[in-house]
Amino acid sequence: MIPPVLQVEGYGKLFQIHEQNKLIPSSHNVSFTVRAGEMTALIGPTGAGKSSVLKGIYRSYLPSTGRILYRTALGHELDLVLASEHQILELRRHEISFVTQFLHCLPRQATLDVVAQPLFSIGTAREEARQRAAELLSAMKLPERLWSVSPATFSGGERQRVNLARGFITKPRLLLLDEPTASLDPATAECVIGIIERLKTEGTAMLAIFHHPETTRRLADQVVELASPPAVEELIKDIA
Amino acid sequence: MNKILEVRNLTKIYGPGCPQCIESTGPEADTNLCPYCGSVVAIHDVSFDLFEGEILGVMGESGSGKSTVVKNLYFDQPPSGGEATFYDRDKQSDLFSLNAAQQRWLRNHRFGMVYQNPHLGLNFNITAGGNIAERLLMSDLMDYGAIRERAKALLERTEVLLSRVDDLPKNFSGGMQQRVQIAKALATQPPLLFLDEVTTGLDLSVQARILDLILEIQQELKTAMVVVTHDLGVIRLLTGRAIVMKYGRVIEAGLTDQILEDPQHAYTQRLVASAL
Repeated sequence: MIPPVLQVEGYGKLFQIHEQNKLIPSSHNVSFTVRAGEMTALIGPTGAGKSSVLKGIYRSYLPSTGRILYRTALGHELDLVLASEHQILELRRHEISFVTQFLHCLPRQATLDVVAQPLFSIGTAREEARQRAAELLSAMKLPERLWSVSPATFSGGERQRVNLARGFITKPRLLLLDEPTASLDPATAECVIGIIERLKTEGTAMLAIFHHPETTRRLADQVVELASPPAVEELIKDIA
Repeated sequence: MNKILEVRNLTKIYGPGCPQCIESTGPEADTNLCPYCGSVVAIHDVSFDLFEGEILGVMGESGSGKSTVVKNLYFDQPPSGGEATFYDRDKQSDLFSLNAAQQRWLRNHRFGMVYQNPHLGLNFNITAGGNIAERLLMSDLMDYGAIRERAKALLERTEVLLSRVDDLPKNFSGGMQQRVQIAKALATQPPLLFLDEVTTGLDLSVQARILDLILEIQQELKTAMVVVTHDLGVIRLLTGRAIVMKYGRVIEAGLTDQILEDPQHAYTQRLVASAL
């Protein structure tokens, strides 16, 4: 059997807030795998640390415990917890994309360029990159009159489509999705689900959090339920 | 990706220095002033790597030593200790063991600097075009016509009106002076650029356009940059990795989004929490 693209073992995240001298537990002892062409979905109550798992993999958060074994395009296995900053930046450019609920982009930049940005940064010619961006945006039914303006004035659903298009454009090997259909109307959500399905058949491994259980049922090949983390006192006892 | 700059244990002490300087200063001691000899430990033990085409942020509040780092690297002042290696094509140079002429050559040909204060980066007695010509002359371009053409092209690229090529910098607005400084710094197409608080003190709308310009240039020319700023917005917008300094020491280093979303050090947490 082909080894998984991602294997997470005993991942945990604990925030230390110095100012208030507090420890805030988030994800606790999470283990799962993600395979090429399949989707693993994370479910569980608010505060169980679902997003923290995604951010730990993308290294926007520094993981506190566990291993995150990623198999690269070249077939090397790399623990993302220990990988160097430059290794992470390389993977973000070429292999791992993250679509969050929020759109972080340069202000003042045309939507077409916001979406094409990941291709610009790996050296794709501008026109070709914009062409691919245009294809994705029309697949997501974002009106063409919006392409030349900045997403700053867009509605939640429009922004989310820009965000998704940007995450999909490099056809990543691993795609992290944090509630990608949360603010979309049913028809647009269907388009996005269609694109996710297509990417899956093209071999992208996906790890996702969905707002609607129905979407999880439709798209996920594996479902991992996260429990709320134990109280800080328990965790400290464990460590001691 | 290749390394372009390696900085190890960079230290700069203003004053006589004494054996207690290091242990009695820094974030733990909450000062950079040595209580025994009165020396200022501006930076101590600063180390980082910079890769080709990468933008590294150096953040921290006033007096944290962040400007001293780039001033040492650009040879504006010599460090008290430490090493820096510049990797240029297939050559490498140990910056602080070069002689003055070799350092000047690197400054004129391979490095660029944009200061917060345009008086440091520009000669105010000669025109905007003249400032750029000066740098081109220092980098061995001698033909008058070619110099003038190149100066115009650079100013056009940095969106300075060509009708003002022959004006003196003192007659320019602050934002325009920074554009001329950027054009001057880029004149020799250096692979390494230092930016020291370049947008501090400018109007927000002007700041935004200067930052856009820096990003465009970075994408076009793949220039590696060290960006010194106390502005978290600039850090977020421009940099991929960052180091955080306090009282002359690096207290945290990491991916920029990680530093902003999951800061580890108490000071960085406070800094991020206090951003508007």
